[in-house]
Amino acid sequence: MNGLPVLSLIAFLPIVGAAMILIIRGEPAVVARNARNVALWTSVVTFLLSLTLWFGFDRGSADFQFVERAQWLPAFGIEYHMGVDGISVLFVLLSTLLTPICIVASWRSIQTSVKEYMIAFLVLETLMVGTFCALDFVVFYMFFEGVLIPMFLIIGVWGGARRVYSAFKFFLYTLLGSVLMLLALLAVYFEAGTTDIPALLDYRFPAEMQVWLWLAFFASFAVKVPMWPVHTWLPDAHVEAPTAGSVILAGVLLKLGAYGFIRFSIPMLPEATVFFTPLVFGLSAVAVVYTSLVALAQDDMKKLIAYSSVAHMGFVTAGMFTLTQQGIEGSLFQMLSHGIVSAALFLAVGVVYDRLHSREIARYGGLVHRMPNYAAVFMVFMLASVGLPGTSGFVGEFLSLVGAYQVNTWLAVLMTTGIILGAAYMLSLYARVIFGKLTKPDLMHMPDLSLREIAVFAPLVVLVFWMGFYPKAFLDVVAPSVENLIRRHTAAMEQATMLDWDVLWRTASRSLGQLVAAL
Amino acid sequence: MNYTLALPELFLAASGMAMLIYGAFRRGNPTREVGWGVIAVLVVALFITGSQTPGNGALFGGMFIVDGFAVFLKILILAASALAVLMSQSYIEREQMARYEFPLLLLFATLGMLMMVSANDLISLYIGLELQSLALYVVAAFRRDSARSTEAGLKYFVLGALSSGMLLYGSSLIYGFAGTTQFAGIAASLTAESASIGLLVGMVFLVAGLAFKISAVPFHMWTPDVYEGAPTPVTAFLAAAPKLAAIGLFARVLVGPFGDLVAEWRQIVLVISIASMVLGAYAAINQTNIKRLMAYSSIGSVGYALVGLAAGTEEGLRGMLVYMMIYIVINIGTFACILCMRVKGRMVEGIEDLAGLSRTQPLLAAALAVFMFSLAGIPPLAGFFGKLYVFLAAINAQLYVLAVIGVLASVVAAFYYVRIVKVMYFDEPGDAFDRPIGWEMAAIVGVTALAALLFFVLPEPFIGEAAAAAAALFAG
Repeated sequence: MNGLPVLSLIAFLPIVGAAMILIIRGEPAVVARNARNVALWTSVVTFLLSLTLWFGFDRGSADFQFVERAQWLPAFGIEYHMGVDGISVLFVLLSTLLTPICIVASWRSIQTSVKEYMIAFLVLETLMVGTFCALDFVVFYMFFEGVLIPMFLIIGVWGGARRVYSAFKFFLYTLLGSVLMLLALLAVYFEAGTTDIPALLDYRFPAEMQVWLWLAFFASFAVKVPMWPVHTWLPDAHVEAPTAGSVILAGVLLKLGAYGFIRFSIPMLPEATVFFTPLVFGLSAVAVVYTSLVALAQDDMKKLIAYSSVAHMGFVTAGMFTLTQQGIEGSLFQMLSHGIVSAALFLAVGVVYDRLHSREIARYGGLVHRMPNYAAVFMVFMLASVGLPGTSGFVGEFLSLVGAYQVNTWLAVLMTTGIILGAAYMLSLYARVIFGKLTKPDLMHMPDLSLREIAVFAPLVVLVFWMGFYPKAFLDVVAPSVENLIRRHTAAMEQATMLDWDVLWRTASRSLGQLVAAL
Repeated sequence: MNYTLALPELFLAASGMAMLIYGAFRRGNPTREVGWGVIAVLVVALFITGSQTPGNGALFGGMFIVDGFAVFLKILILAASALAVLMSQSYIEREQMARYEFPLLLLFATLGMLMMVSANDLISLYIGLELQSLALYVVAAFRRDSARSTEAGLKYFVLGALSSGMLLYGSSLIYGFAGTTQFAGIAASLTAESASIGLLVGMVFLVAGLAFKISAVPFHMWTPDVYEGAPTPVTAFLAAAPKLAAIGLFARVLVGPFGDLVAEWRQIVLVISIASMVLGAYAAINQTNIKRLMAYSSIGSVGYALVGLAAGTEEGLRGMLVYMMIYIVINIGTFACILCMRVKGRMVEGIEDLAGLSRTQPLLAAALAVFMFSLAGIPPLAGFFGKLYVFLAAINAQLYVLAVIGVLASVVAAFYYVRIVKVMYFDEPGDAFDRPIGWEMAAIVGVTALAALLFFVLPEPFIGEAAAAAAALFAG
């Protein structure tokens, strides 16, 4: 490994860009232009830098790579420890790819406080990359939780009519989940004596403790994913956020929760994971079917896509907890695919929203006559969201289903139902917006995609097909780490004391006793 | 006896009295000169304290102790006081409060605080506490033609006197049953098995009296009224240094003489800690006055600091000190921002007055946002580390219920902190605040905001100092 701290560079370069934007002074128009340019160049350079991960990543190894270590809190034994493995590296790339796209997508639509907007996005990029790279639990938590601040401001300052309500809901929901994880983190520290993630992966927590830790982690990650029934912040946040905010929210932030499951809950707490798998399956199945039905009933384009996100994340959580090679690879693939497809769908909504300032489906219709390029692009992503073979969505859903069939047929049946419903709401959305007669007067003069918009969509279209036709390029990165994860899990379960309700009841009653004694 | 150990206090007392005489005989209005003099004296005292090598040196017949714990707190207190006097300078001139007694009273209050954290005897404890309190009663009512200010001062005085009474009553019981007022003697006279009921009752009264001073629930009633009514620089002063001194004294009394009774006092601390966190979180939600809001915020913060104390371990004390250290930095910054809230020459205090501040004064808004997110405990800002360290101790002491209630209350509290950010960033601008804000304010806001923002880069030295201070108290 060369001596260059690549991960830190990728993570903190955006902050440097943000600091440069901060010192821009002058006429408002000049400041806005310079802020946009600095933000774009910083994020593009960051992306190019992150490509070294793609090319330099050793696909045969399940170890953490590009590792960096530095003393941070020596008295506490906490290090600044960064590194990526097959599970996280692709998400770093996803974050660095979507940030420049977001910045280009906001080029025209954001006209107020441009400087602050660009700073918020660059800070957000740092936090996202840091979350995926962190190999220390405390460092992870700092990045994970820090995301709240820029996202809160992005929704609240540049959002729609009900932005204040949505921003608060987003902030408080996620914070409530995370603080419980903070306590779990501290408990982990005292039990294992370290917060170093590779060390924790080797540590065997007592089975009873695992239950509590698992629930605390679950509180945080389930809200972030979001799983039914704690998903209600998501439609609000998506609807009110500016386009680029929705893109980042759907593209990357939702992945943080699922990433937390695969990085912490599943490998560190194997017994509890097995114990709670039915719960996750149940909630995932409900999410897939119920939110798909809800999506069918929406009149608001962004809300529809938001609910579809909840449904697609249901596939992710279900696939992940099957603990099969196909299921986990499928769910990771689905996360990447959803990161690109849902981001693109929000961008597609943004295109017409910029022109008409309405998200209502009924206001549109017959756009194909005025905007053929737009219709084509929208179709690609709509079909990818449905899971048409040849697009990225198919691979992820198919593999998750294969995993689910091996474990629980009913789960697989419900998830398949979700795919059918998904086709129903996506096709109906597409039909209502794109097809039909072009009758509405204000649609008559809508211009087709501009060059800037084509530049935004082009890389995403390429990726959707690349992932759809040659998924091996991506699965090869993931496979060794997933194999390693499953091997460790199987080994752990062989010598595990099985958790059952008896054990749980004893722990609960003992804790209750302590509580009474404490008061 | 090594009198150099008491040099900071002696220096403060002597220069305070000299400046008092100077002010009385000087023609014209010497407020500004005296103010700068007070700041200089505090800074010199800070350096003297910083250069001391803390042993366990006890002075004046064992009534006065200078250990690492005391030195750590003294440095923070002196810094906080100097900043508070600096903040008050232009305010008192603007608001027709320019009397030279004002900075001097703050100086004497600071002297009282230094006595408090060095107290090693119930008598010196009381003297330090009263010196501090009496000075503060006067400054709270300093704007004597304002009904709100005099009301605040009077309320503070009456309730403060009540708490002093309780404290004295407790002290007399302790003296009666232990036969001594010295902390070491009290510690020697009791063991965990054989604590007489009289001593226990005495301790409870003592704790109640001290809980008044740190405004922990249920002894918090005076705080919102006094914070709101007192002139803003006084509130800024009240929220920082005295709180630190009182909580330091609280810790010293509980860990030192009553260290063996940890199982007994932990119950009290647990209850007031939980009550403070919860009340601080809920009562602040509906506030419209920012000073009142900060009062409830300070009640909640004391609750969090007490979480560390409730753990009853060295680790817990370290958490408490880290928390308080970060808390006063944020608090000074926040009050500096509040002092900048001036529309057309008139001070405003409503949260709504902050509307659209991000548009009219982006840097001030950014700083206040940093303070608010920091108080809410969102990483990577400094406030997060305070919470991290106290909860760390609580989890290690297996106080899980306390920790869970604490973090849940912090989510409720996050609501009202974030509401201020909302008002500044999401709402349409109202009347812009007067500019310029003055170089002192700009410097204080800038430095504290950067400290809160960048604490995570190099937290180790500060946390190390706090750890050493905590270790010193437990060793002594």
